[in-house]
Amino acid sequence: MRIISEGLITDETPPRLLGGRHKDSGRIVFPCPAGEDFDAYPLQRHGHLWSYTVQRYRPKSPPYTGPEAFEPWAVAYVELPGETIVEARLANIALDEIRIGMPLRLTLIPLDPSASDPIMIHAFEPAGEPA
Amino acid sequence: MNDVCIVGIGIHPFGRTEGLSGLEQGVHAVRQALNDAGVEWRDIQFAYGGSDAAGNPDSMVERLGLTGMQFINVRNGCATGGSALFSTQMAIKSGEFDLGLAVGFDKHPRGAFNALPSEYNLPEWYGEAGYMITTQFFAAKITRYMHEHGISPATLGRVSEKAFRNAVHAPHAWRREPVPLDVIMEAPLVSDPYTKYMFCSPAEGGVALILASEKKARELGKPLIRLKAATMRTRPPGSFEVFAPSIDIERGGSATMIASADAFHLAGIGPDDIDVAQLQDTEAGAEIMHMAENGFCRDGEQDQWLAEGRTEIGGHLPVNTDGGCLACGEPIGASGLRQVYENVVQLRQDGGGRQVPGNPRTAYSHVYGAPGVSAVTILER
Repeated sequence: MRIISEGLITDETPPRLLGGRHKDSGRIVFPCPAGEDFDAYPLQRHGHLWSYTVQRYRPKSPPYTGPEAFEPWAVAYVELPGETIVEARLANIALDEIRIGMPLRLTLIPLDPSASDPIMIHAFEPAGEPA
Repeated sequence: MNDVCIVGIGIHPFGRTEGLSGLEQGVHAVRQALNDAGVEWRDIQFAYGGSDAAGNPDSMVERLGLTGMQFINVRNGCATGGSALFSTQMAIKSGEFDLGLAVGFDKHPRGAFNALPSEYNLPEWYGEAGYMITTQFFAAKITRYMHEHGISPATLGRVSEKAFRNAVHAPHAWRREPVPLDVIMEAPLVSDPYTKYMFCSPAEGGVALILASEKKARELGKPLIRLKAATMRTRPPGSFEVFAPSIDIERGGSATMIASADAFHLAGIGPDDIDVAQLQDTEAGAEIMHMAENGFCRDGEQDQWLAEGRTEIGGHLPVNTDGGCLACGEPIGASGLRQVYENVVQLRQDGGGRQVPGNPRTAYSHVYGAPGVSAVTILER
Protein backbone atom coordinates (compact mmCIF):
# COMPACT_ATOMS: atom_id res chain seq x y z
CA MET A 1 0.00 0.00 0.00
CA ARG A 2 1.32 3.43 -0.96
CA ILE A 3 0.37 6.51 1.08
CA ILE A 4 0.37 9.87 -0.70
CA SER A 5 3.15 11.10 1.57
CA GLU A 6 5.54 9.78 4.19
CA GLY A 7 4.80 10.80 7.76
CA LEU A 8 1.04 11.26 7.45
CA ILE A 9 -0.04 8.12 9.34
CA THR A 10 1.40 5.84 12.03
CA ASP A 11 2.90 2.45 11.19
CA GLU A 12 0.25 0.39 13.00
CA THR A 13 -3.00 -1.43 12.17
CA PRO A 14 -5.34 0.32 11.93
CA PRO A 15 -3.24 3.45 11.40
CA ARG A 16 -3.74 6.81 13.03
CA LEU A 17 -3.09 10.27 11.57
CA LEU A 18 0.24 11.66 12.68
CA GLY A 19 -0.23 15.16 14.04
CA GLY A 20 2.19 17.42 15.86
CA ARG A 21 2.12 18.75 19.41
CA HIS A 22 3.80 22.10 20.06
CA LYS A 23 6.53 21.66 22.64
CA ASP A 24 5.70 24.84 24.56
CA SER A 25 1.99 25.56 24.06
CA GLY A 26 0.70 21.99 23.66
CA ARG A 27 -1.28 23.08 20.57
CA ILE A 28 -2.04 20.08 18.35
CA VAL A 29 -2.00 20.39 14.56
CA PHE A 30 -2.09 18.17 11.47
CA PRO A 31 0.16 17.30 9.71
CA CYS A 32 3.22 17.42 11.97
CA PRO A 33 5.26 20.46 10.86
CA ALA A 34 8.93 20.05 10.01
CA GLY A 35 11.43 21.71 12.30
CA GLU A 36 12.02 21.49 16.02
CA ASP A 37 8.93 23.16 17.52
CA PHE A 38 6.60 20.15 17.33
CA ASP A 39 6.73 16.54 18.60
CA ALA A 40 4.99 13.86 16.54
CA TYR A 41 1.57 13.15 18.08
CA PRO A 42 -0.72 10.35 16.81
CA LEU A 43 -4.32 11.56 16.65
CA GLN A 44 -7.34 9.56 17.79
CA ARG A 45 -9.22 7.67 15.08
CA HIS A 46 -12.70 8.78 16.10
CA GLY A 47 -14.36 12.17 15.89
CA HIS A 48 -17.42 13.97 14.62
CA LEU A 49 -18.28 16.13 11.62
CA TRP A 50 -17.59 19.84 12.28
CA SER A 51 -18.35 21.12 8.78
CA TYR A 52 -18.23 20.00 5.16
CA THR A 53 -18.83 20.81 1.52
CA VAL A 54 -18.97 18.91 -1.75
CA GLN A 55 -16.26 19.39 -4.38
CA ARG A 56 -18.32 19.40 -7.58
CA TYR A 57 -15.69 20.17 -10.23
CA ARG A 58 -12.34 18.55 -10.99
CA PRO A 59 -9.49 20.51 -9.36
CA LYS A 60 -6.80 21.88 -11.68
CA SER A 61 -3.65 19.87 -12.36
CA PRO A 62 -1.10 20.68 -11.15
CA PRO A 63 -1.29 20.39 -8.23
CA TYR A 64 -4.12 17.77 -8.25
CA THR A 65 -2.90 14.29 -9.22
CA GLY A 66 -6.24 12.44 -9.07
CA PRO A 67 -7.76 10.71 -12.09
CA GLU A 68 -9.09 12.60 -15.13
CA ALA A 69 -12.48 11.00 -14.56
CA PHE A 70 -14.30 13.01 -11.92
CA GLU A 71 -17.10 12.26 -9.49
CA PRO A 72 -18.07 14.83 -6.82
CA TRP A 73 -16.65 14.08 -3.40
CA ALA A 74 -17.34 15.40 0.09
CA VAL A 75 -14.59 17.17 2.00
CA ALA A 76 -15.02 17.69 5.72
CA TYR A 77 -13.56 19.19 8.83
CA VAL A 78 -13.62 16.50 11.51
CA GLU A 79 -13.33 17.42 15.19
CA LEU A 80 -11.15 15.03 17.16
CA PRO A 81 -12.21 15.99 20.71
CA GLY A 82 -9.46 17.54 22.80
CA GLU A 83 -7.01 17.48 19.88
CA THR A 84 -7.73 19.40 16.68
CA ILE A 85 -10.15 19.72 13.72
CA VAL A 86 -8.76 17.86 10.69
CA GLU A 87 -9.59 18.40 7.02
CA ALA A 88 -10.30 15.13 5.21
CA ARG A 89 -12.37 13.49 2.50
CA LEU A 90 -15.59 11.74 3.56
CA ALA A 91 -16.04 8.15 2.34
CA ASN A 92 -18.77 5.52 2.27
CA ILE A 93 -21.67 7.96 2.65
CA ALA A 94 -24.27 9.42 0.29
CA LEU A 95 -23.79 13.16 -0.25
CA ASP A 96 -27.32 13.90 0.96
CA GLU A 97 -26.87 11.98 4.21
CA ILE A 98 -24.04 14.09 5.60
CA ARG A 99 -24.93 15.84 8.87
CA ILE A 100 -22.89 18.12 11.13
CA GLY A 101 -22.18 16.27 14.39
CA MET A 102 -22.30 12.77 12.92
CA PRO A 103 -19.74 10.33 14.41
CA LEU A 104 -16.86 9.41 12.08
CA ARG A 105 -13.77 7.23 12.07
CA LEU A 106 -10.53 7.31 10.11
CA THR A 107 -10.05 5.21 7.00
CA LEU A 108 -7.83 5.22 3.92
CA ILE A 109 -9.20 5.50 0.39
CA PRO A 110 -7.57 5.38 -3.07
CA LEU A 111 -6.97 8.72 -4.79
CA ASP A 112 -7.76 6.88 -8.06
CA PRO A 113 -10.25 4.03 -7.41
CA SER A 114 -9.52 2.48 -10.83
CA ALA A 115 -5.74 2.24 -10.35
CA SER A 116 -4.25 -1.24 -9.82
CA ASP A 117 -1.79 -0.09 -7.16
CA PRO A 118 -3.54 3.09 -5.98
CA ILE A 119 -2.07 5.90 -3.91
CA MET A 120 -4.00 6.08 -0.64
CA ILE A 121 -5.23 9.25 1.09
CA HIS A 122 -6.82 9.76 4.49
CA ALA A 123 -10.59 10.01 4.83
CA PHE A 124 -13.30 9.60 7.45
CA GLU A 125 -16.36 7.33 7.23
CA PRO A 126 -19.54 7.02 9.29
CA ALA A 127 -18.96 5.28 12.61
CA GLY A 128 -22.54 4.43 13.54
CA GLU A 129 -24.11 5.64 16.77
CA PRO A 130 -22.10 7.83 19.14
CA ALA A 131 -20.27 5.77 21.78
CA MET B 1 -5.76 67.68 12.17
CA ASN B 2 -4.02 66.81 8.93
CA ASP B 3 -5.69 63.97 7.11
CA VAL B 4 -4.58 62.16 4.00
CA CYS B 5 -7.14 62.83 1.26
CA ILE B 6 -8.15 61.01 -1.91
CA VAL B 7 -8.02 63.58 -4.73
CA GLY B 8 -8.26 61.44 -7.85
CA ILE B 9 -9.85 58.14 -8.87
CA GLY B 10 -9.71 56.04 -12.02
CA ILE B 11 -10.84 52.60 -13.08
CA HIS B 12 -10.63 50.26 -16.05
CA PRO B 13 -13.89 48.29 -16.27
CA PHE B 14 -13.70 44.86 -14.64
CA GLY B 15 -14.45 41.61 -16.47
CA ARG B 16 -12.71 40.34 -19.58
CA THR B 17 -10.86 42.66 -21.96
CA GLU B 18 -9.31 40.68 -24.78
CA GLY B 19 -6.11 42.12 -26.21
CA LEU B 20 -5.34 44.45 -23.29
CA SER B 21 -2.81 43.36 -20.68
CA GLY B 22 -3.47 43.79 -16.98
CA LEU B 23 -0.77 46.43 -16.83
CA GLU B 24 -2.37 48.40 -19.68
CA GLN B 25 -5.65 48.34 -17.75
CA GLY B 26 -3.74 49.77 -14.79
CA VAL B 27 -2.27 52.51 -17.01
CA HIS B 28 -5.79 53.36 -18.21
CA ALA B 29 -6.91 53.73 -14.59
CA VAL B 30 -3.91 55.91 -13.68
CA ARG B 31 -4.54 58.32 -16.58
CA GLN B 32 -8.18 58.62 -15.55
CA ALA B 33 -7.17 59.32 -11.95
CA LEU B 34 -4.61 61.95 -12.99
CA ASN B 35 -7.27 63.67 -15.07
CA ASP B 36 -9.74 63.46 -12.19
CA ALA B 37 -7.24 65.03 -9.78
CA GLY B 38 -6.14 67.65 -12.29
CA VAL B 39 -2.46 66.74 -12.00
CA GLU B 40 0.23 65.46 -14.37
CA TRP B 41 2.17 62.20 -14.09
CA ARG B 42 5.35 64.20 -13.36
CA ASP B 43 3.63 65.62 -10.25
CA ILE B 44 3.29 62.16 -8.69
CA GLN B 45 6.13 61.76 -6.22
CA PHE B 46 5.77 58.04 -5.46
CA ALA B 47 3.61 54.99 -6.04
CA TYR B 48 2.69 51.65 -4.51
CA GLY B 49 1.43 49.21 -7.11
CA GLY B 50 -0.13 45.75 -6.73
CA SER B 51 -0.66 42.82 -9.06
CA ASP B 52 -0.94 39.12 -8.27
CA ALA B 53 -0.68 37.58 -11.72
CA ALA B 54 -0.18 40.32 -14.32
CA GLY B 55 3.43 41.36 -13.97
CA ASN B 56 5.52 43.93 -12.16
CA PRO B 57 3.53 47.11 -11.49
CA ASP B 58 6.62 49.35 -11.66
CA SER B 59 6.88 48.44 -15.36
CA MET B 60 4.14 51.06 -15.74
CA VAL B 61 6.67 53.87 -15.72
CA GLU B 62 7.62 52.86 -19.27
CA ARG B 63 4.09 53.76 -20.38
CA LEU B 64 3.40 56.69 -18.04
CA GLY B 65 6.72 58.50 -18.13
CA LEU B 66 10.29 57.98 -16.92
CA THR B 67 10.28 60.63 -14.23
CA GLY B 68 12.59 58.69 -11.91
CA MET B 69 9.92 58.54 -9.24
CA GLN B 70 9.86 55.98 -6.41
CA PHE B 71 7.65 52.98 -7.28
CA ILE B 72 7.27 50.03 -4.88
CA ASN B 73 5.53 46.77 -5.83
CA VAL B 74 3.08 45.12 -3.41
CA ARG B 75 1.91 41.51 -3.43
CA ASN B 76 -0.33 40.58 -0.51
CA GLY B 77 -3.00 38.18 -1.74
CA CYS B 78 -6.53 39.59 -1.79
CA ALA B 79 -5.33 42.39 0.50
CA THR B 80 -2.90 43.65 -2.17
CA GLY B 81 -4.92 46.76 -2.96
CA GLY B 82 -5.52 47.50 0.70
CA SER B 83 -1.83 47.12 1.42
CA ALA B 84 -0.91 49.47 -1.44
CA LEU B 85 -3.36 52.06 -0.11
CA PHE B 86 -2.14 51.62 3.47
CA SER B 87 1.46 52.12 2.36
CA THR B 88 0.64 55.18 0.24
CA GLN B 89 -1.17 56.73 3.17
CA MET B 90 1.73 56.08 5.55
CA ALA B 91 4.24 57.69 3.19
CA ILE B 92 2.18 60.90 3.13
CA LYS B 93 1.43 60.76 6.86
CA SER B 94 5.14 60.58 7.54
CA GLY B 95 5.55 64.01 5.98
CA GLU B 96 7.97 62.70 3.36
CA PHE B 97 5.61 63.19 0.40
CA ASP B 98 2.55 65.27 -0.56
CA LEU B 99 1.17 63.45 -3.59
CA GLY B 100 1.23 59.72 -4.33
CA LEU B 101 -0.44 56.92 -6.23
CA ALA B 102 -1.95 53.60 -5.14
CA VAL B 103 -2.62 51.42 -8.17
CA GLY B 104 -3.69 47.83 -8.65
CA PHE B 105 -4.45 45.68 -11.67
CA ASP B 106 -4.72 42.04 -12.63
CA LYS B 107 -5.61 39.61 -15.38
CA HIS B 108 -6.34 36.01 -14.31
CA PRO B 109 -6.99 32.98 -16.49
CA ARG B 110 -10.53 31.58 -16.55
CA GLY B 111 -11.66 29.12 -13.89
CA ALA B 112 -10.85 28.91 -10.20
CA PHE B 113 -7.61 30.33 -8.82
CA ASN B 114 -4.84 27.77 -9.14
CA ALA B 115 -2.75 28.01 -6.00
CA LEU B 116 0.25 25.79 -5.33
CA PRO B 117 1.10 24.35 -1.89
CA SER B 118 4.67 25.69 -1.90
CA GLU B 119 3.34 29.25 -2.09
CA TYR B 120 1.62 28.74 1.26
CA ASN B 121 4.21 26.68 3.16
CA LEU B 122 2.07 23.54 2.74
CA PRO B 123 3.18 19.98 1.86
CA GLU B 124 2.84 18.83 -1.75
CA TRP B 125 0.33 16.07 -0.89
CA TYR B 126 -2.20 18.73 0.14
CA GLY B 127 -2.43 19.90 -3.45
CA GLU B 128 -2.08 16.44 -5.00
CA ALA B 129 -5.08 15.15 -3.03
CA GLY B 130 -7.31 18.03 -4.17
CA TYR B 131 -7.46 20.31 -1.12
CA MET B 132 -5.74 23.37 -2.64
CA ILE B 133 -9.06 24.92 -3.59
CA THR B 134 -10.40 28.19 -2.20
CA THR B 135 -14.04 27.33 -2.89
CA GLN B 136 -13.84 24.32 -0.54
CA PHE B 137 -12.81 26.52 2.34
CA PHE B 138 -15.42 29.19 1.71
CA ALA B 139 -18.17 26.58 1.47
CA ALA B 140 -17.09 24.70 4.59
CA LYS B 141 -16.84 27.97 6.52
CA ILE B 142 -20.37 29.12 5.63
CA THR B 143 -21.79 25.62 6.27
CA ARG B 144 -20.51 25.79 9.84
CA TYR B 145 -21.66 29.41 10.23
CA MET B 146 -25.16 28.60 8.97
CA HIS B 147 -25.32 25.65 11.40
CA GLU B 148 -24.22 27.76 14.38
CA HIS B 149 -26.23 30.89 13.64
CA GLY B 150 -29.32 29.66 11.79
CA ILE B 151 -28.68 31.38 8.45
CA SER B 152 -30.98 30.13 5.66
CA PRO B 153 -29.84 29.31 2.10
CA ALA B 154 -32.27 31.94 0.75
CA THR B 155 -30.23 34.62 2.51
CA LEU B 156 -27.20 33.58 0.45
CA GLY B 157 -29.35 33.90 -2.66
CA ARG B 158 -30.55 37.37 -1.65
CA VAL B 159 -26.94 38.58 -1.38
CA SER B 160 -26.26 37.52 -4.99
CA GLU B 161 -29.58 38.91 -6.20
CA LYS B 162 -28.73 42.31 -4.67
CA ALA B 163 -25.22 42.26 -6.17
CA PHE B 164 -26.41 41.79 -9.76
CA ARG B 165 -29.24 44.31 -9.28
CA ASN B 166 -26.84 46.98 -7.98
CA ALA B 167 -24.32 46.30 -10.75
CA VAL B 168 -26.87 47.26 -13.42
CA HIS B 169 -26.06 50.87 -12.49
CA ALA B 170 -22.25 50.46 -12.17
CA PRO B 171 -20.48 51.05 -15.51
CA HIS B 172 -17.30 49.38 -14.22
CA ALA B 173 -19.06 46.14 -13.18
CA TRP B 174 -18.78 42.91 -15.19
CA ARG B 175 -22.13 41.12 -14.72
CA ARG B 176 -24.77 43.80 -15.12
CA GLU B 177 -27.92 41.76 -15.76
CA PRO B 178 -30.32 41.14 -12.87
CA VAL B 179 -30.68 37.45 -11.93
CA PRO B 180 -33.93 36.38 -10.21
CA LEU B 181 -33.67 34.72 -6.79
CA ASP B 182 -35.15 31.42 -7.97
CA VAL B 183 -32.62 31.18 -10.81
CA ILE B 184 -29.80 31.80 -8.33
CA MET B 185 -31.12 29.17 -5.93
CA GLU B 186 -31.76 26.49 -8.57
CA ALA B 187 -28.48 26.92 -10.49
CA PRO B 188 -25.89 24.10 -10.39
CA LEU B 189 -23.97 23.72 -7.13
CA VAL B 190 -20.23 24.50 -7.23
CA SER B 191 -19.42 23.72 -3.61
CA ASP B 192 -22.44 23.08 -1.42
CA PRO B 193 -24.34 25.17 -0.35
CA TYR B 194 -23.11 27.62 -3.01
CA THR B 195 -24.53 27.64 -6.52
CA LYS B 196 -22.62 29.15 -9.44
CA TYR B 197 -24.21 32.56 -8.89
CA MET B 198 -22.94 32.69 -5.32
CA PHE B 199 -19.21 32.72 -6.15
CA CYS B 200 -17.32 35.54 -7.79
CA SER B 201 -14.94 34.73 -10.66
CA PRO B 202 -11.32 35.64 -11.19
CA ALA B 203 -11.36 38.57 -13.61
CA GLU B 204 -9.44 41.52 -15.03
CA GLY B 205 -9.36 45.21 -14.26
CA GLY B 206 -7.39 48.12 -12.91
CA VAL B 207 -7.96 50.86 -10.30
CA ALA B 208 -5.89 53.92 -9.42
CA LEU B 209 -6.27 56.30 -6.48
CA ILE B 210 -4.28 59.50 -6.05
CA LEU B 211 -3.68 60.50 -2.45
CA ALA B 212 -2.56 63.87 -1.16
CA SER B 213 -1.75 65.61 2.07
CA GLU B 214 -4.60 67.82 3.26
CA LYS B 215 -2.54 70.90 2.37
CA LYS B 216 -1.94 69.63 -1.16
CA ALA B 217 -5.60 68.61 -1.52
CA ARG B 218 -6.70 72.15 -0.64
CA GLU B 219 -4.26 73.56 -3.21
CA LEU B 220 -5.81 71.32 -5.84
CA GLY B 221 -9.23 72.67 -4.88
CA LYS B 222 -10.80 69.24 -4.63
CA PRO B 223 -13.66 68.29 -2.29
CA LEU B 224 -11.92 66.76 0.71
CA ILE B 225 -12.46 63.00 0.87
CA ARG B 226 -10.52 62.14 4.01
CA LEU B 227 -8.92 58.75 4.60
CA LYS B 228 -9.68 58.55 8.32
CA ALA B 229 -8.31 55.03 8.71
CA ALA B 230 -6.48 52.41 6.66
CA THR B 231 -5.47 49.23 8.46
CA MET B 232 -4.00 45.92 7.33
CA ARG B 233 -3.73 42.97 9.73
CA THR B 234 -2.80 39.28 9.75
CA ARG B 235 -4.66 36.52 11.58
CA PRO B 236 -4.94 35.91 15.33
CA PRO B 237 -4.91 32.41 16.95
CA GLY B 238 -7.96 30.22 16.35
CA SER B 239 -9.04 31.76 13.06
CA PHE B 240 -10.40 29.63 10.17
CA GLU B 241 -8.47 30.32 6.97
CA VAL B 242 -8.08 29.23 3.38
CA PHE B 243 -5.87 26.16 2.88
CA ALA B 244 -5.99 24.77 6.45
CA PRO B 245 -5.19 21.04 6.84
CA SER B 246 -6.28 21.44 10.47
CA ILE B 247 -7.87 24.15 12.61
CA ASP B 248 -7.93 24.68 16.37
CA ILE B 249 -10.90 23.43 18.39
CA GLU B 250 -10.70 26.58 20.47
CA ARG B 251 -12.16 29.09 18.03
CA GLY B 252 -10.75 32.62 17.95
CA GLY B 253 -11.28 35.86 16.09
CA SER B 254 -10.22 36.77 12.57
CA ALA B 255 -7.90 39.14 10.76
CA THR B 256 -11.04 41.02 9.73
CA MET B 257 -12.13 41.55 13.33
CA ILE B 258 -8.85 43.14 14.40
CA ALA B 259 -8.40 45.19 11.20
CA SER B 260 -11.95 46.48 11.65
CA ALA B 261 -11.65 47.28 15.35
CA ASP B 262 -8.39 49.12 14.70
CA ALA B 263 -9.94 51.14 11.88
CA PHE B 264 -12.90 52.23 13.99
CA HIS B 265 -10.52 53.15 16.81
CA LEU B 266 -8.36 55.26 14.48
CA ALA B 267 -11.36 57.00 12.94
CA GLY B 268 -12.98 57.61 16.32
CA ILE B 269 -16.37 56.36 15.14
CA GLY B 270 -18.33 53.09 15.35
CA PRO B 271 -20.23 50.81 12.98
CA ASP B 272 -23.47 52.73 13.57
CA ASP B 273 -21.84 55.86 12.13
CA ILE B 274 -21.12 54.27 8.71
CA ASP B 275 -23.39 55.35 5.82
CA VAL B 276 -22.23 52.91 3.11
CA ALA B 277 -20.00 49.80 3.16
CA GLN B 278 -18.13 47.65 0.64
CA LEU B 279 -17.47 44.24 2.25
CA GLN B 280 -15.44 41.41 0.74
CA ASP B 281 -17.95 39.18 -1.04
CA THR B 282 -15.89 36.63 -2.96
CA GLU B 283 -18.92 34.45 -2.27
CA ALA B 284 -22.38 35.29 -0.97
CA GLY B 285 -21.70 33.93 2.52
CA ALA B 286 -18.59 36.06 2.89
CA GLU B 287 -20.75 39.19 2.80
CA ILE B 288 -23.01 37.61 5.43
CA MET B 289 -20.15 36.69 7.78
CA HIS B 290 -18.27 39.94 7.17
CA MET B 291 -21.33 41.99 8.16
CA ALA B 292 -20.88 40.53 11.64
CA GLU B 293 -17.07 40.34 11.70
CA ASN B 294 -16.90 44.06 10.89
CA GLY B 295 -19.34 44.87 13.68
CA PHE B 296 -22.36 45.96 11.64
CA CYS B 297 -24.70 43.29 13.05
CA ARG B 298 -24.63 40.35 15.44
CA ASP B 299 -24.08 36.77 14.29
CA GLY B 300 -27.44 35.39 13.20
CA GLU B 301 -29.16 38.70 12.49
CA GLN B 302 -28.30 38.55 8.78
CA ASP B 303 -31.43 36.59 7.76
CA GLN B 304 -33.59 39.41 9.06
CA TRP B 305 -31.34 42.14 7.63
CA LEU B 306 -31.50 40.64 4.13
CA ALA B 307 -35.22 39.83 4.31
CA GLU B 308 -35.94 43.44 5.32
CA GLY B 309 -33.62 44.87 2.65
CA ARG B 310 -31.45 46.65 5.21
CA THR B 311 -28.34 46.33 3.00
CA GLU B 312 -30.06 47.59 -0.16
CA ILE B 313 -29.05 50.95 -1.73
CA GLY B 314 -31.89 52.69 0.12
CA GLY B 315 -31.56 50.61 3.30
CA HIS B 316 -30.15 51.19 6.76
CA LEU B 317 -26.60 50.23 5.65
CA PRO B 318 -26.13 49.85 1.87
CA VAL B 319 -23.57 47.09 1.23
CA ASN B 320 -21.63 46.53 -2.01
CA THR B 321 -23.33 49.27 -3.97
CA ASP B 322 -21.54 48.43 -7.25
CA GLY B 323 -22.30 44.70 -6.99
CA GLY B 324 -19.08 43.85 -5.18
CA CYS B 325 -16.86 40.96 -6.22
CA LEU B 326 -19.93 38.89 -7.10
CA ALA B 327 -20.80 41.23 -9.98
CA CYS B 328 -17.39 42.79 -10.72
CA GLY B 329 -15.28 39.64 -10.48
CA GLU B 330 -11.98 39.61 -8.66
CA PRO B 331 -8.78 40.85 -10.25
CA ILE B 332 -6.81 40.34 -7.03
CA GLY B 333 -4.50 43.34 -7.31
CA ALA B 334 -7.31 45.77 -8.11
CA SER B 335 -10.22 44.45 -6.08
CA GLY B 336 -9.59 46.18 -2.76
CA LEU B 337 -8.99 49.50 -4.52
CA ARG B 338 -12.27 49.10 -6.44
CA GLN B 339 -14.10 49.17 -3.12
CA VAL B 340 -12.46 52.48 -2.20
CA TYR B 341 -13.10 53.85 -5.70
CA GLU B 342 -16.79 53.03 -5.25
CA ASN B 343 -16.83 54.68 -1.83
CA VAL B 344 -15.36 57.89 -3.27
CA VAL B 345 -18.01 57.84 -6.01
CA GLN B 346 -20.70 57.50 -3.33
CA LEU B 347 -19.29 60.26 -1.11
CA ARG B 348 -19.08 62.60 -4.13
CA GLN B 349 -22.69 61.65 -4.92
CA ASP B 350 -21.71 60.55 -8.42
CA GLY B 351 -23.35 57.12 -8.16
CA GLY B 352 -26.24 57.78 -10.56
CA GLY B 353 -28.71 54.90 -10.40
CA ARG B 354 -26.80 53.27 -7.56
CA GLN B 355 -26.30 56.45 -5.50
CA VAL B 356 -26.97 55.99 -1.79
CA PRO B 357 -29.60 58.58 -0.82
CA GLY B 358 -29.38 60.98 2.12
CA ASN B 359 -26.00 62.60 1.50
CA PRO B 360 -23.64 59.89 2.83
CA ARG B 361 -20.65 61.25 4.75
CA THR B 362 -18.85 58.07 5.88
CA ALA B 363 -17.86 55.02 3.86
CA TYR B 364 -16.23 51.72 4.87
CA SER B 365 -14.30 49.14 2.85
CA HIS B 366 -13.05 45.68 3.79
CA VAL B 367 -11.05 42.96 2.04
CA TYR B 368 -10.06 39.50 3.23
CA GLY B 369 -7.76 36.95 1.65
CA ALA B 370 -5.40 34.02 1.95
CA PRO B 371 -3.63 33.09 4.11
CA GLY B 372 -5.57 35.15 6.65
CA VAL B 373 -5.10 38.84 5.88
CA SER B 374 -7.54 41.72 5.96
CA ALA B 375 -7.49 45.42 5.13
CA VAL B 376 -10.06 48.05 6.11
CA THR B 377 -10.49 51.71 5.20
CA ILE B 378 -12.84 54.39 6.49
CA LEU B 379 -13.47 57.52 4.40
CA GLU B 380 -15.16 60.71 5.53
CA ARG B 381 -16.34 63.68 3.55
